[in-house]
Amino acid sequence: MKLTLRVWRQKNADADGAMSTYEVDGISPDMSFLEMLDTLNEELILKGEDPVAFDHDCREGICGACSLVINGDAHGPERTTTCQLHMRSFSDGDTIDVEPWRASAFPVVKDLVVDRSAFDRIIQAGGYVTAPTGSAPEAHATPVPKPDADLAFEHAECIGCGACVAACPNGAAMLFTSAKINHLNVLPQGAPERETRVLDMVAQMDEEGFGGCTLAGECATACPKGIPLTSITGMNKEWLRATRKAGKR
Amino acid sequence: MTSYADYRTGGRIADTKAPAGPIHERWDKRRFEAKLVNPANRRKQTVIVVGTGLAGGSAGATLAEQGYRVVQFCYQDSPRRAHSIAAQGGINAAKNYRNDGDSIHRLFYDTVKGGDFRSRESNVHRLAEISVEIIDQCVAQGVPFAREYGGLLDTRSFGGVQVSRTFYARGQTGQQLLLGAYQALSRQIAAGNVEMHPRTEMLDLIVVDGRARGIVARDLVTGKIDTYFADAVVLATGGYGNVFYLSTNAMNSNATAVWRAHRRGAYFANPCFTQIHPTCIPRTGDHQSKLTLMSESLRNDGRIWVPKAKGDTRPPAQIPEDERDYYLERIYPSFGNLVPRDIASRAAKNVCDEGRGVGPGGQGVYLDFADAIERMGRGAVEAKYGNLFDMYQRITDEDPYRVPMRIYPAVHYTMGGLWVDYDLQTTIPGLFAIGEANFSDHGANRLGASALMQGLADGYFVLPATVNDYLARNPHKDEVDSGHPAVQEVLAETEDRLNLLLSVDGDRTPDSFHRELGELMWEFCGMARNETGLHKALERIPQIREEFWRRIKVPGTGEELNQSLEKANRIVDYLELAELMCLDALHRTESCGGHFREESQSPEGEAERKDQEFGYAAAWEFTGTGTAPTLHKEDLVFEYVHPTQRSYA
Repeated sequence: MKLTLRVWRQKNADADGAMSTYEVDGISPDMSFLEMLDTLNEELILKGEDPVAFDHDCREGICGACSLVINGDAHGPERTTTCQLHMRSFSDGDTIDVEPWRASAFPVVKDLVVDRSAFDRIIQAGGYVTAPTGSAPEAHATPVPKPDADLAFEHAECIGCGACVAACPNGAAMLFTSAKINHLNVLPQGAPERETRVLDMVAQMDEEGFGGCTLAGECATACPKGIPLTSITGMNKEWLRATRKAGKR
Repeated sequence: MTSYADYRTGGRIADTKAPAGPIHERWDKRRFEAKLVNPANRRKQTVIVVGTGLAGGSAGATLAEQGYRVVQFCYQDSPRRAHSIAAQGGINAAKNYRNDGDSIHRLFYDTVKGGDFRSRESNVHRLAEISVEIIDQCVAQGVPFAREYGGLLDTRSFGGVQVSRTFYARGQTGQQLLLGAYQALSRQIAAGNVEMHPRTEMLDLIVVDGRARGIVARDLVTGKIDTYFADAVVLATGGYGNVFYLSTNAMNSNATAVWRAHRRGAYFANPCFTQIHPTCIPRTGDHQSKLTLMSESLRNDGRIWVPKAKGDTRPPAQIPEDERDYYLERIYPSFGNLVPRDIASRAAKNVCDEGRGVGPGGQGVYLDFADAIERMGRGAVEAKYGNLFDMYQRITDEDPYRVPMRIYPAVHYTMGGLWVDYDLQTTIPGLFAIGEANFSDHGANRLGASALMQGLADGYFVLPATVNDYLARNPHKDEVDSGHPAVQEVLAETEDRLNLLLSVDGDRTPDSFHRELGELMWEFCGMARNETGLHKALERIPQIREEFWRRIKVPGTGEELNQSLEKANRIVDYLELAELMCLDALHRTESCGGHFREESQSPEGEAERKDQEFGYAAAWEFTGTGTAPTLHKEDLVFEYVHPTQRSYA
């Protein structure tokens, strides 16, 4: 396959960026999208040009590092991570736009690499169970109903890639934040910190400059792990409950 | 013979920290004998932890909870992305919830036997003891393990074991355990007890007056190279499977931290013990950048076969039953498709070498679910393996419900690593190695679902207990003087190396060298090794190294995010480590576990160990780039599990 790529190039966080055009040839439909970019980069290096910087690591769809907006869609046309997108999803002669995540809370570091440390700070605000090593009771002491465990797992699948933010017209991080809150709040182990967790994480999310939710639903459509939009409803319920309870105290 | 292979044998080493006495009392005894640090003094002691996978994440969180000041590093943009996240299958623990005859002793026994009698009994027993606490800890953190309808934890049998002791969270056990550790670590970061440096890569170790006192690290965004000092340094930097270029490791997983520590004096043990995983998706072409593993739980229900006839290119559906060779079931009737990883991998290689492989290049065997679908129904197969089937279909564009999967072995895990004593301390005082970065628990072959167990055992429970003893005996007195010659020398060496990489301006990319080295290692130091091949590799590696420094091309500068520079610098270390792996493989003329020497096999083609000659761990001491290292042997004593030739027939 022969393709035309229009790629966002930006030297560093302070520099202005622009789209640059490249031609790539000899692309196999079995290549992953990132392997196609590898091919481009090998050519650029030999020409003495700066290769395109992009985040990637496991290349099996689980680490959440890869993060490209392809033809306007976070992670491209399939519902998967960029690393699991294959060139057979494109046709010979296509022109493909490749951009970084666009959100004010995710500043560009270089080219297609963005800074997602805001996500880490949201987790630090309360996305955990306080269970210091050595303090744990016997694992079977508290049975957890299977439907609850399954529900917790569905939300815990979030890989923290940020596609939800990139897809949202408001740059909101509601789906990311709600996934963690739902994961932990549904379990008995997460119950003691249920209220502080939702209040603190939502406050941190707002402080990081993420937008608000207008139920556009783009986040859940872009999510490679299928975190459902109802996750946000669940978080809002938890937040209301915690706020009212705090008011009574 | 190359001069590098003319190694010298130095003094034997002994693990001086493992207590004597009955094996089930040793860990208690060691913990009691270990000195403690007064809680008020812990804040004054700094521990550097490099890596945030299961081992590093759990260690950093736990040390911080104990009151130490932790400074932690990872090359990823977030500590949540370490490659432990990709582990699929599960985590072993001797809970015996199934009442199926499991016990700590059985897990210990299975691990020593599975490791083909090349691991240290005391360590393995401790691992089995701690396994039960790990499950408790993870459940308390909110790890959503699979559960039964009664609300209790579900378990399954895994990888060549006859009890159900593997706890799991669908096909994403590693992800869930890692997020548990990451969240515990996040809590400590928020509390100000851990100073976290993401996108920062360790490039060297600082040893002052014979003790590990810090690291040199590069900020991958600004390119700034800096020194960080501490009272102890913990390496939790994973394995070195990426020496092979193609592996199931993450693209950026690398050996620089352990190799630089080795160059500074830490012995490297059993580097040739690498694990080739049997159930990976075959490669499709030269563009391949990594290989994807599919959980070997697939072998519980899938049947592995190839055509009986060589060069049979008919589609699988057109090959009648009596023209198929279910070779694992034929050769190993009692274990069948569930034989350990090394045996399954080698058998696949053998049938492909015979010309009976399937798919592009004949580098694959079928893993067929037709019988399982008929027996259990498509729905049940989907419930059990749905996510793996989806993954396979996404990568290969083939529907495994209709067409048998094609699989081929790929480099997956490295049992070798930095030599550590019972306290997980390397031969450099104050330098500890945990998780895949050390060598101690899996011998010559790791059993399925044991890597997660070891990483968390080391990080949550072992290291926090043993590092106490070291810090109590070496209380913090003074800061390291950044002008100390030992510090300045390491810093200058690092800067010179990066500058040199940037200045060669040759005509070959970092990846082209990495690929060349990987192909060489796969051919001569992969699934089967022999003397001639290893000599060939030992001759070729120094030539590649020489060519590398002449022809490498790294664009850009060192003062920016420069992924080519990161790659090139890692290859510098692979080009030395590869040589040691080949030498270790050459010197060990026996076959054991993942190390198969063609010269040492039975008439039936089974691996033959030589316990009299090789019942030791080989710990290598660095003497200089390209110069012969010194071998130190640690004799392995088996008091509880007596070596027998493994048999899975």
